Order: sequence, then structure tokens, then C-alpha cells
Amino acid sequence: MKRVVITGMGIYSCIGKNLEEVRNNLYSGKSGIGIDPERKPLGFRSALTGIIEQPRLKGVLPRRLRIGLAEQGEYAYLSTYEALKYAAIDEEFLERNEVGIIFGNDSSAKAVIDGIDVMRDKKDTMLLGSAPIFQSMNSTVTMNLSCIFKLKGINFTLSAACASGSHAVGVGYLLIKNSLQEIIVCGGAQEINPYSMGSFDALSAFSINEKSPFQSSRPFDRDRDGLIPSGGAASLVLESYESAKKRGAIILGELTGYGFSSNGEHISIPNVDGPARAIKMSLKDANCRIEEIDYINAHATSTPVGDATEAKAIDSVFGKSKPLISSTKSMTGHECWMAGASEIVYSLIMMKESFIAPNINFENPDEDSAKLNITAKTIDKNIYTFLSNSFGFGGTNSTIIVKKYKE
Amino acid sequence: MTREDIITNINKLLVDEFEIDENSIVPSAGILEVLKIDSLDLVDLVVLIEKKFGFKVQGEDMAAIKTMEDFYEFIINRLAVQNK
Repeated sequence: MKRVVITGMGIYSCIGKNLEEVRNNLYSGKSGIGIDPERKPLGFRSALTGIIEQPRLKGVLPRRLRIGLAEQGEYAYLSTYEALKYAAIDEEFLERNEVGIIFGNDSSAKAVIDGIDVMRDKKDTMLLGSAPIFQSMNSTVTMNLSCIFKLKGINFTLSAACASGSHAVGVGYLLIKNSLQEIIVCGGAQEINPYSMGSFDALSAFSINEKSPFQSSRPFDRDRDGLIPSGGAASLVLESYESAKKRGAIILGELTGYGFSSNGEHISIPNVDGPARAIKMSLKDANCRIEEIDYINAHATSTPVGDATEAKAIDSVFGKSKPLISSTKSMTGHECWMAGASEIVYSLIMMKESFIAPNINFENPDEDSAKLNITAKTIDKNIYTFLSNSFGFGGTNSTIIVKKYKE
Repeated sequence: MTREDIITNINKLLVDEFEIDENSIVPSAGILEVLKIDSLDLVDLVVLIEKKFGFKVQGEDMAAIKTMEDFYEFIINRLAVQNK
């Protein structure tokens, strides 16, 4: 089995358009949540959302390579560009080597709806143009990025609800570990337009604390009232240790564990057993004792039931060691399909810069979160090993463990 | 709209949407060479013409258009019929 290391990362999110901005906002505990004025006229219960600046790629990418990108694909182009640059992988390297891509993505709602609007209006499919098909398929991110970056390795999209990004990283890890590929760009992407979030708002899952957007996402806090939808994209360059050493790449960390499970119960109500099994599986895969985990980046989205069950699951495994925990969703909101990948990027930034980002708005614990070591303040501390949880509808669970790199 | 206005509009559309160099648009040049377009772009050209000029180009119409001059004449003639 090969060792799998991380040699590049990139991010485009509501707390920053690049690694430097995100690092600063993670450290200072700045929220990226705001109000989208388009939502209430559409009948939304909550207008809260992560606020993301739309990229302008005209003039950056040639027309044919650009117009197939849906909103989340544009974010993913920028995060992947940053990650490949970080990894010192250039066009010439991509031309000569099989570099793969696996992204987590589970919708492209706006592209689908815009296309259907044209069909209903014009009643002529010819007038849709060439872009909607490439924007509206679930694999839109990987089909476009593989052409933009001329990638020649494995190429597919993974859909697993809000664990999509984490599973994408996990599957990339397994492929490299088993010597099937040397380098894979793994990531997650999430659209944030109102059309993509209306059906989620319908479940009354979103916070309605619209008077205080920065305080609205409060994972693990007693007074949490729901999640805040968010989006963007995150990219990681996963690479075999041998390939990284041969290239002289900077190694950000070593991915040592991937655990997964399915709850086998309700479509939207989580349980304790499924996440606990994913966590235990990742620890076993990483050959890691619970005391070795310095930091847990929790899935905790700020919903009453979800945070409580995750707290129980974490306590059931880490009750004795009590590692430091925060949910960066307190600042970013719930980045859904992207979250599993972005939260590994956030945690890698913390590991690299020796700090633990705060779980902002954690003021009063409830009976479950009181058992955990959650930090509401930024802590300057070395992280040697972190664990990142991601869970999704249908009861899909994914846990990733990353260790600081040692020879 | 005068003939010159229509040609100016067509050229602007092609420069804006297909991101081509305005200097490369020569009336006698072949349309595919000027626009450097593939079969997917032809689909988009149909959409752009419909949006800008209000009529739909058929596949057989496009097949008969070889040069930029042919393209201008086709649009001008269709607009003339439309405006009668």
C-alpha cells in the first residue's frame, strides 16, 4: 500500500477567495453569512446564506472552455487553479502525466431550471444553445475542469449529499493507496443560487435569525435554530508519497484514514451509530489511537438534531481523550456538497499555521455538547493529527484523518 | 436599421460573444475561418441570431453561408422580409 500525501490546496468560499484570505478569516473568526434579498420574493422562509463574490472568467478562460461551467464550476476552476499552482503542477507536467480528478457535487439546479425556462418559453430545444447540457449534468465540474486543465487520469463526480466532498477525497485516497493513480485533484463544489436551495428551505432546516446573520450559525450552541446554506469550492492535490518526493513537492500533510458508513435508517434524521462507525473505521484505517487526534473539525451544521447526534457519536468514541473541536460552519455556513473537501482545506490551513479556528457563537452548551471540548476562541496550538467529519441525507457518513507529515 | 447598422451589429455580436478580433472580420473571408467555430458554436450562433434579430436560422440556411458577406446578406434579407 502506498502512502498518500497532500501537496496542494485551493479554496473559494464565503470567508475568502483564496488561501490567504481564508487563513486570516479563520484565525479572526469572521463570519461569511449575510442576507440574499432575492430569496424572500421567491417565498423563502429564510434569506440567510453564505455571501460569495461571483467570479468573472471572461478574458481569463477562452469562450468554449468557459461557457460549460455552471456557477459551482467557476468556483471549482479557481480553487483548482490555486491548488495546482500550490502543488507546482504546470501544463507541461499535466501533458506528460496522468493526473486525475474526482469532485463531490450533487446538483446543478440553476443550469437545469434556466434551460427548462427557455424550453417552456421558446418551445424549441435548438434555442437552448450548447452550454446548458454541460452546465446541468451532475458531473459538470469534473467534465469541464478535465478539459480546462487537460487532465488525463481518472475523471468522475461523486454524489453523496453533504458528504460528497469528503467521500471524493476518500475515494481519491483509496485509488492512490492502491497504486491505481499517482496524483488526483479531489474536491467539492457547491452552487449557492436561490434555485438550488429552495427545496432545502422547504424542510424548515435553515436558521431564521435574519436580524443577526453573523450570529445565525451556531453549531453545538444551546440556542441554535438551523443551518445556513453556503457554497463555493475547495480543491486538494492528493499524491503518492513517492511521486511527491520525486517531484520535490511541498507536503502539507499525510492522509492516513478514511472511514465510511450508512445509517440504514431515516432519509433526513441522523443517528449516532452510523457516524460513530465511520469515525472508528477511519481510526482503524489510520492505525491511530484516540489520544493522537488533536483536533476534530465537526460536521455540525447548527441544526438541533444533527449537532446533538454528532456530539453523542464523538463522545462515544472520544469520551476519554476529549480532543479540541470546532465546527467551521459557524463561520462559513453549510457548504453542503463542498463541505467535506473545504473543511479538510480549513483544517490543513490550521495545521500549517498552528492554530485552531473557533466555533464562533458557541455561548451555551446543551447537554450533549457540554461533554465535548469545543473551543469558541481561536487557540494557538500545534496540530499533529486532525479528523474531519461529513454526513449527508440518506445517512451517508465519511470521516477523513490527516497527519502532519513526517519522513 | 440601415445595411451598415446591421453589419455593425453583427460584427459587434461576434466580437462580444465569440471573442474574436474585430480586424479578422473581412467580408470576403470564410465564415468558419473568421469565427474559428466548431459544431457546438454553430448551435450558439443560432441562439444569438434569434436573440438579436428575432428569427431562427435553419440548418439548411447555415449550409448555404460560406463567407462573411453571405452571412451579412442572409441576415439583411431575412430582416427585410420580417419587416415587410
